[in-house]
Amino acid sequence: MAKAKLKEHRIQTDWCKGCGICVAFCPKSVLELNAQDKVSVVRPQDCICCRLCELRCPDLAIEVVAEPEVSE
Amino acid sequence: MPVKDYIRERFFPHMWCPGCGHGIVMNALIRAIEDLGLSKNEIVMVSGIGCSSRISGYLDFHTLHTLHGRALAFATGVKMGLPGLNIIVPMGDGDALAIGGNHFIHAARRNIEMTAIIMNNRIYGMTGGQYSPLSGYGTLATTAPYTNIDYDFDVVELSIAAGATFVARATTYHVQQMIDVLKKAILHEGFSVVEILSQCPTYFGRKNKMGSAVEMMAYYRDHTTPLGSKAKKENPDLIERGIFVQKERPEYCREYDKIIERAKTKGK
Ligand SMILES: Cc1ncc(C[n+]2csc(CCOP(=O)(O)OP(=O)(O)O)c2C)c(N)n1
Ligand code: SF4
Ligand code: SF4
Ligand code: SF4
Repeated sequence: MAKAKLKEHRIQTDWCKGCGICVAFCPKSVLELNAQDKVSVVRPQDCICCRLCELRCPDLAIEVVAEPEVSE
Repeated sequence: MPVKDYIRERFFPHMWCPGCGHGIVMNALIRAIEDLGLSKNEIVMVSGIGCSSRISGYLDFHTLHTLHGRALAFATGVKMGLPGLNIIVPMGDGDALAIGGNHFIHAARRNIEMTAIIMNNRIYGMTGGQYSPLSGYGTLATTAPYTNIDYDFDVVELSIAAGATFVARATTYHVQQMIDVLKKAILHEGFSVVEILSQCPTYFGRKNKMGSAVEMMAYYRDHTTPLGSKAKKENPDLIERGIFVQKERPEYCREYDKIIERAKTKGK
């Protein structure tokens, strides 16, 4: 089965309240809060597209977009 | 359908505090409805008053934002009038079980088809952190500065005893489970109760020194366990998550239809 590959994280910066939930519970430490206390993607190459950050965000501020699936 | 099609974007960013669990409940509810493929037009969301109840303003269904504690009464009216609609009633723990406790037990007893979601943060968030019937013994609140001596309800046991035919519990940490039980609750033909442990970092968390939203969610991760797990036998203090009851019993609106038929034939 082909693994989901990350295209990008879509972040709605003005909705992000910097609670850090997505950062703390990302299994691959992909995310961090920046100096403005907004989420930023620092290790996109490690993302496994589990979408837990997207599902746990109380502010609907982060979306994980995967590349369209290609079967191997 | 993209998430943004389910919300009223003009009210975002929403008014909930950073890290408030109520936002995660809203997020999961959108996914559940999306997964079920329900059309926005067949859903009526009825809420009362509280931080939790503000959810009805943010979601783009038919929505009614009513009186504190009375959401289930309004919802009962809507359902009796238009039984074909799918009714979802999100409530705070105070809204559902303090001022609204009577409506709650009787809606459960009647087994009227709707989904009651109790967003349990164990406090009155909106009005400044007063204790609720879910705060529990030994907790701190603005109205319990020397600790609370009231014991809390067990929402699951209360719902079962009152007659609810679907009863489940999840937490904001366990989002996938939350989405799954919400879907089953919405599809259930009877009165469904889903209790969701939802952090209020601003009042319950701060008063009880539970740390940030992240730490409160880590607490849900570490102090809950799937229903019937081995861990529960070893540590009885763990709170169980999952579906506790899922059973069939005649549904109220369908029973009422029979009454209408009976009255018609008698009247001839
Ligand atoms: C009849 C009535 N009594 C009291 C209030 C004040 N009041 C507003 S919200 C609320 C409690 C909110 O707590 P809860 O339902 O647990 O929801 P939360 O804000 O924690 O999400 C109270 C007492 C009111 N609005 N109406
Ligand atoms: S969970 Fe949402 S609001 Fe919180 S830091 Fe992450 S993106 Fe921002
Ligand atoms: S999708 Fe999963 S791995 Fe990728 S950033 Fe989000 S939580 Fe981390
Ligand atoms: S006061 Fe508590 S319940 Fe209300 S929005 Fe803030 S964190 Fe959420």
